[in-house]
Amino acid sequence: MKIHEYQAKEILRKYGVPVPNGEMVQTLEEADRAAKDLFDKGNPVVVVKAQIHAGGRGKGGGVKVVKSLGDASVASKAILGMQLVTHQTGPQGQKVQRLLVEEGSAIDRELYLGIVLDRAAAQLVFMASQAGGMEIEEVAHATPEKIFKEYIHPAIGLQPFQARKLAFKLGLKPTQINDAVKFMLGLYKAFVETDSTLMEINPFITTKDDKLLALDCKINFDDNAMFRHKDLKELRDLSEEDPLEVEASKFALNYIKLDGSIACMVNGAGLAMATMDIIEYAGGKAANFLDVGGGANQEQIENAFGILLSDPNVKAIFINIFGGILRVDVLATAVVAAAKKLNVQVPIILRLEGTNVEEGRKILEESGLKFSVGATMKEAADLAVAAAKGGN
Amino acid sequence: MAVLVDKNTRLIVQGITGREGTFHAKACAEYGKQFGNDIVVGGVTPGKGGTTHEGWPVFNTVEEAVKETGANATVIFVPPPFAADGILEAVAAELPLVICITEGIPVIDMVKAWEIVRQSKSRLVGPNCPGVISPGKAKIGIMPGRIHKEGSVGIVSKSGTLTYETVHQLTTRGIGQSTAIGIGGDPIIGTTHIDALKLLNEDPETEAIIMIGEIGGTAEEAAAKYIQENVKKPVVGFIAGQTAPPGRRMGHAGAIISGGEGTAAEKMKAMTEAGITVVKSPAEIGEAMARVLGKA
Repeated sequence: MKIHEYQAKEILRKYGVPVPNGEMVQTLEEADRAAKDLFDKGNPVVVVKAQIHAGGRGKGGGVKVVKSLGDASVASKAILGMQLVTHQTGPQGQKVQRLLVEEGSAIDRELYLGIVLDRAAAQLVFMASQAGGMEIEEVAHATPEKIFKEYIHPAIGLQPFQARKLAFKLGLKPTQINDAVKFMLGLYKAFVETDSTLMEINPFITTKDDKLLALDCKINFDDNAMFRHKDLKELRDLSEEDPLEVEASKFALNYIKLDGSIACMVNGAGLAMATMDIIEYAGGKAANFLDVGGGANQEQIENAFGILLSDPNVKAIFINIFGGILRVDVLATAVVAAAKKLNVQVPIILRLEGTNVEEGRKILEESGLKFSVGATMKEAADLAVAAAKGGN
Repeated sequence: MAVLVDKNTRLIVQGITGREGTFHAKACAEYGKQFGNDIVVGGVTPGKGGTTHEGWPVFNTVEEAVKETGANATVIFVPPPFAADGILEAVAAELPLVICITEGIPVIDMVKAWEIVRQSKSRLVGPNCPGVISPGKAKIGIMPGRIHKEGSVGIVSKSGTLTYETVHQLTTRGIGQSTAIGIGGDPIIGTTHIDALKLLNEDPETEAIIMIGEIGGTAEEAAAKYIQENVKKPVVGFIAGQTAPPGRRMGHAGAIISGGEGTAAEKMKAMTEAGITVVKSPAEIGEAMARVLGKA
């Protein structure tokens, strides 16, 4: 689960990690008032930042540094409501519905701090780099030696000596080391206590007066752990997510919208990915990833059809089910009932295999509905691609 | 002889009185019985110790279950919030084989648990996996037994249904399987591709291996290197998620391309360079194995 920068900074504040003072606003009036407050307090510079769940906001024109109330007003007007396009949003961009208006900082150095899971080591790793303000993936790729890492023992957590090591490697001044250690320990505590999967401070800055600040902050939470964080769950901003994905999540359907024309309904994540792959191999493009899971019943199939059919790009539906625990005849009955109830008009191509497959095929044949059935995954993919191209 | 699971397996089920636990305990027992192997010896549900469930004795703790039944393996069907604890309990009881089916365990729980498991005598398979089957002998897990056929192809896979699909492609071609190991789709898993490959490589009954991976992490690249250096048996490989967009979690918690790492293209390249027969289409896995075995 992703959250906004302003929410992430709120969490850091709770853990004693210093962040700039600022306020999230949703209207121009609020933005003007927030900017006025900051100028009145004697801040010479104010920053207006678009709040969307994507990186690269600065380059896309979603961050403006201003020195007067008038300029702040112009900046807010330009950003609030814009379709902000970044390398992470896709060409259509994301509508900006929230702004973070915060005090500007006199930046001395821009550094990087991050905590992620190192899968191969099966440990959390604390990363630090002097190459702040850049895409850390690019730094890791081009100059991996510029990223310093400390692996964290889960039983005792990040130790002060490890934070100190990183602080010295960042080239911080002796007077900044203690603050940096406190900063990093606070960050680690926040990470673990909020069940995060990613925490990035980029840039982590030093100011002209030698203070340390998290100028930006990105936090992702572990969806699997949200059962023990009711408060964090509240931070989810549905307007930042694809409406169909939000709808699908209500039915516990594992759905991801893609931009092709062949909708997929599959049981199992691996087979669902493989189905997308074979569609491309057959010359088509999948409209989505959808894992209906192992216990799909009629209601769940109906829900799934509903989601798939809400996507206007869909020209054909490819159902690929390997019935193991889920019996094929039970699934076929559910598909027939759901298709009849929802009066599905787009061509449906099925590929069914596994337990009670003969009974399942018979149910489809006798349904009076026009299903195409592929004997193999390849044949079904070819049929689906042909149906989608036949386009109606 | 197959690996991990055979006629000598004495299995307990953690969470045996739950819906999933009951269903699959019965299925595992029935599968083994077809071949004269009565592998399920009991189960654990805290608070229901001393009772019997479907004819099996139920214990309050794993320790007690092991002591009373002589179990040497466990399968865990405990809900996600308690599953890491279940793994640790099994490891504390020194069970040699711990298979965790549960999907959805928080990452931090697994990071902590793994620190203990890795230093223990137990082998963990999973979590978020279908389990292990040695066709014609026994199964521990949720895979449909009847699609399998006893034979000499070993399978290691991150995915459940994609493994069934692969098994089906083999069985319909008359090619049997020695052991199919579902290692699971989570970012932290006990038995990795390399661990499973090592077992299959050393198994005299396994003549050839199928390795199924998916996007996310770099385990497949490491496995490719291992195969190149250590495995003389022919290997056929497939990677799911060739068309998956970056930054999105494709169902499995571990199936995500992040920071340009974990793409299918990189994995397939590493595997091809290691001498593995890599197929692009999931429909061609069985056919490729048939060719490799000279049975096409």
